[in-house]
Amino acid sequence: MSNSFLSFSSVTKKITMAIAGLFLIVFLMVHLGINLFILPIHDEHKEWFAAAAHFMGTNWVVKIFEIVLMAAIVIHILMGILLQIHNWMARGTRYKVAPKSKTSFMSRYIIWTGAVILLFLAVHFYNFYFIKLGIVEAPAAANIPHPQEEYFYEIAVYLFTNEMIFNILYLVSFVFLGIHLNHGFQSAFQTLGLNHKKYTPFIKGFGKVYSIVIPLGYMIIPLYFMIFG
Amino acid sequence: MKIKLQIWRQKSPKDKGQFKTYTLEDVSPEMSFLEMLDALNEKLITTGEDEPVAFEHDCREGICGCCSLYINGRPHGPAEKTTTCELHMRSFKDGSTIVIEPFRAKSFPVMRDLIVDRNAFDKIMQAGGFINIDAGSALDANTHLIKKEYADEAFNSAICIGCGACVAACKNASAMLFVSAKVSQYALLEQGKVEGKERVESMVAKMDELGFGNCTNTYACEVECPKGISVENIARLNREFINAKLS
Amino acid sequence: MTKLDAKIPKGPLAEKWTTYKANAKLVNPANRKKLDIILVGTGLAGGAAASTLGEMGYNVKAFCFQDTPRRAHSVAAQGGINASKNYKNDGDSDYRLFYDMIKGGDYRAREANVYRAAEVSANTIDQLTAQGVPFAREYGGTLDNRSFGGVQVSRTFYAKGQTGQQCLLGAYSGMMRQVSKGTVTMYPRRDVLDIVLIDGKARGVISRNLVTGEIERHSAHAVILATGGYGTVYYLSTLAVNSNASAAWAAYKKGAFFANPSFIQIHPTSIPVLNEYQAKLTLMSESLRNDGRIWVPKKKGDKRHANDIPEEERDYYLERRYPAFGNLVPRDVASRAAKERCDAGYGVGETGLAVNLDFKDAIAKQGKAAIEGKYGNLFEMYEKITGINPYTEPMRIYPAGHYTMGGLWVDYDLQTTVPGLFAIGEANFSDHGANRLGASSLMQCAGDGYFIIPYTISNYLADEIKTAKPSTDLPEFVEAEKAVIEKISKLMSVKGKQSVTSFHKRLGKILWDYSGMARNEEGLKKALTLIDELKEEFWNNVNVPGSDQELNQELERAGRVADFFEIGKLIVQDGLNRKESCGAHFREESQTEGGEAKRDDKNYSYVAAWEYQGGEKDPKLHKEPLKFEFVELKERSYK
Repeated sequence: MSNSFLSFSSVTKKITMAIAGLFLIVFLMVHLGINLFILPIHDEHKEWFAAAAHFMGTNWVVKIFEIVLMAAIVIHILMGILLQIHNWMARGTRYKVAPKSKTSFMSRYIIWTGAVILLFLAVHFYNFYFIKLGIVEAPAAANIPHPQEEYFYEIAVYLFTNEMIFNILYLVSFVFLGIHLNHGFQSAFQTLGLNHKKYTPFIKGFGKVYSIVIPLGYMIIPLYFMIFG
Repeated sequence: MKIKLQIWRQKSPKDKGQFKTYTLEDVSPEMSFLEMLDALNEKLITTGEDEPVAFEHDCREGICGCCSLYINGRPHGPAEKTTTCELHMRSFKDGSTIVIEPFRAKSFPVMRDLIVDRNAFDKIMQAGGFINIDAGSALDANTHLIKKEYADEAFNSAICIGCGACVAACKNASAMLFVSAKVSQYALLEQGKVEGKERVESMVAKMDELGFGNCTNTYACEVECPKGISVENIARLNREFINAKLS
Repeated sequence: MTKLDAKIPKGPLAEKWTTYKANAKLVNPANRKKLDIILVGTGLAGGAAASTLGEMGYNVKAFCFQDTPRRAHSVAAQGGINASKNYKNDGDSDYRLFYDMIKGGDYRAREANVYRAAEVSANTIDQLTAQGVPFAREYGGTLDNRSFGGVQVSRTFYAKGQTGQQCLLGAYSGMMRQVSKGTVTMYPRRDVLDIVLIDGKARGVISRNLVTGEIERHSAHAVILATGGYGTVYYLSTLAVNSNASAAWAAYKKGAFFANPSFIQIHPTSIPVLNEYQAKLTLMSESLRNDGRIWVPKKKGDKRHANDIPEEERDYYLERRYPAFGNLVPRDVASRAAKERCDAGYGVGETGLAVNLDFKDAIAKQGKAAIEGKYGNLFEMYEKITGINPYTEPMRIYPAGHYTMGGLWVDYDLQTTVPGLFAIGEANFSDHGANRLGASSLMQCAGDGYFIIPYTISNYLADEIKTAKPSTDLPEFVEAEKAVIEKISKLMSVKGKQSVTSFHKRLGKILWDYSGMARNEEGLKKALTLIDELKEEFWNNVNVPGSDQELNQELERAGRVADFFEIGKLIVQDGLNRKESCGAHFREESQTEGGEAKRDDKNYSYVAAWEYQGGEKDPKLHKEPLKFEFVELKERSYK
């Protein structure tokens, strides 16, 4: 049946979502590694960035992973939305008094932090990925020569230095990403049943650190341009 | 103590229902929460002010799982690891307003006032919450040696009273804590492992079918469970489920 | 006129059950499908019976007033379940368990039934374990045992303080399995209000759907009552507040004899009454007496805090009076001793109606962790209810109505005097005599349900295979339904001023004062008058609001309390008739110089079975003489 994934059990959906989420978590680290070359950490940082971008754009292993990545993004979002709709329906009549149970707000609002990230992702695709695919043009003011996909560094620097709105959206989005990861990291392990008296506290701790360090890493870049122009 | 109560009143499953306000003077802090409601009903019956409030209760010692009630935003009220029947009025301040709602979930329809139908839990149990053993065919009880640690853990999962607080507390009205506690109990015992694969699959399928939500690992269930059942059970269910699907 | 025939198989005690099974009639599997059994009450006994009869292939229709069988009050049994497994190698055997029960019951139980209960006990542990009941285990992986009041071996299996819950959930899971297979059909949220007899045989019931108020007729080839006891007659008791005896009482009015109604166990360790609105008394498991020491101050009216009273000023009265058993004397003895101390003015707490149960020594000796391991949940429960931490100061306890040894009279088949009507678990009178030993009620319920009723009911049904399922249009059904509706309309139409509960409280007080832990002729006679007066007032001044065509908890209560007046009266009449003291029944006129119960074996070694005579007429007494062929009657001594 065409909609057979709709009939997957709730646990299957969640497991799929968790696996996709974990893949995205790893990808965040790789992406950050490349992004950091935007900063003048070395004399040849521009060349390094270009090399990395070229490698990512041409290597066939990476190309395969690109498909997996896109699939992961789509699955993670789709499952999230499907599960959420089902969850809203499961309550029926709502309570008069909002729940006062002591739970982490990071987990209570996971769908909304996810929605903000999705919004960012749309902007991000428009600014970079779609240019690479040749669907949209880079902003004319940036004077990017064709073929545009070879000039990601220039596009990024242009956006960080000229589009204040972009910077703010970028910073806000990564705060939300941090919150999303804070819950999502340990949640994925729980959903995959990777739970153990000895190791779970470590996973939870590592997840917390990860959810702060990774978004912070991304945020350093616009902050650098905002401060040092 | 003087207490103001806002209580959900609904005559029948089809009735729309509404909140009504009552006041009770002379509430003693030594009263249990349900004894306070008894006092309210006594007052309503003798004064004829209203029909008594219907609420479910039986053992009044925290073990039958009859009592429910969503009190000021929390199933079974403000005290930790306590059922409503064990909750005492000393947990509230003089002059306070208490809002009492039925447990809300699409799978727990309201039958009258604060009574909901939790029959869905029985249906989940019928889907696999048992070990297939006929009376007379059991081996000597000491045939299977079970590590004390596992027996104790199984007990900790088995003490679920089926009250539904987990569903009521969960923002998604998910029944995962209930289901996983049962799955865990059997998964931890030798005698339950034989049918582990079929059990977890059919119980999860039934849970989905009945319209409960999904677990998003918010853990409100664990916080509100009057018996302190751990969300580790949910991880175990997930693990059992993956094993079942992969094997 | 009627001669009570217990139908006890001939032969040596240990062979009776084997003989019975070898000779009992059977129903072949193909025929079982054609036979319907109605089962009322789905606690441990009912649940076990439903699942087992379902496994055999009978069509079982199971009724309970709760929303699900998992809530039946078996769930609240705490301490454990006995079985003569002798895993501890400390001299236990079927005979020893049998002997302990006969002696514990003060020689007022039928030998053959008790021996059988002991005989099947080991199997029930196997069955429950196989069903996934997580009994406590030793480090080596084997099952653990503890000792319990009134015995000198360790034969009690337990799951912390929640043994009843775990056993019930075991039976419940078996029942759910049969529901999924279609052999058991559940009728939850139903009150069974009458038993229908056709040609003198039980053929069905009239029930009220508690959600819609609809009155329903159900027919079957046999009816089993597993409805529990009638202890809520006291209003304040350790029972669930909705526990009731209406179905059993309907059976009595349809001709089933009611046996030994005055044998009601008062449990020694319950949390005392704390306020006037109190709806129930919470039990603290008897297992606490394994490590806790019971005491009162030596000085009358000593109002000092328990922790401020020095050791030499404490009276450990059970250890003083009963050096051999100490704090582990049977329940009736412990309860009376507490009452004696409190009546004499040594009680503690605000009301003076409480004694101390102290864990100080046990914690000093074994450590807090060990005590927490054994009783953690009980201590928690105690603190939740009273606000007092039992790790740092003694618990306060007092006796409370708990278990009814009396019940519907049954023969060896567990069949009442109405053919086709069976009674199992606490609903019957059979195994505990005048006093029940701790951890033997789960044992009896599980044994009756899993291993006894399947044989005995088949023996009955073997003659019914040609009987077509009775039609519910028969005049007997119509009439029974009419009577039920009339009673309901009568309750609804009083429209008086007082709530049902207020009457129940007053009835409870009369019974507690005059027919509680100690009884005398004058008090019992007074109680009869008081009950009659109160009953009259009830029928003229009770207020049942709402309608009978909806979920109406007041109406449910009203019907139950109306029956409790009548049951209460029978309890008192039975107590008046039995002029001896035995077990839980303590007639002040019959005691030794030391204040212990004094039996009168010459005149009262019988089961008192009462037959309903209709209307307000006094019931007729039938005596089933108790013959003790295998044990010698002795004065019960725990000194």
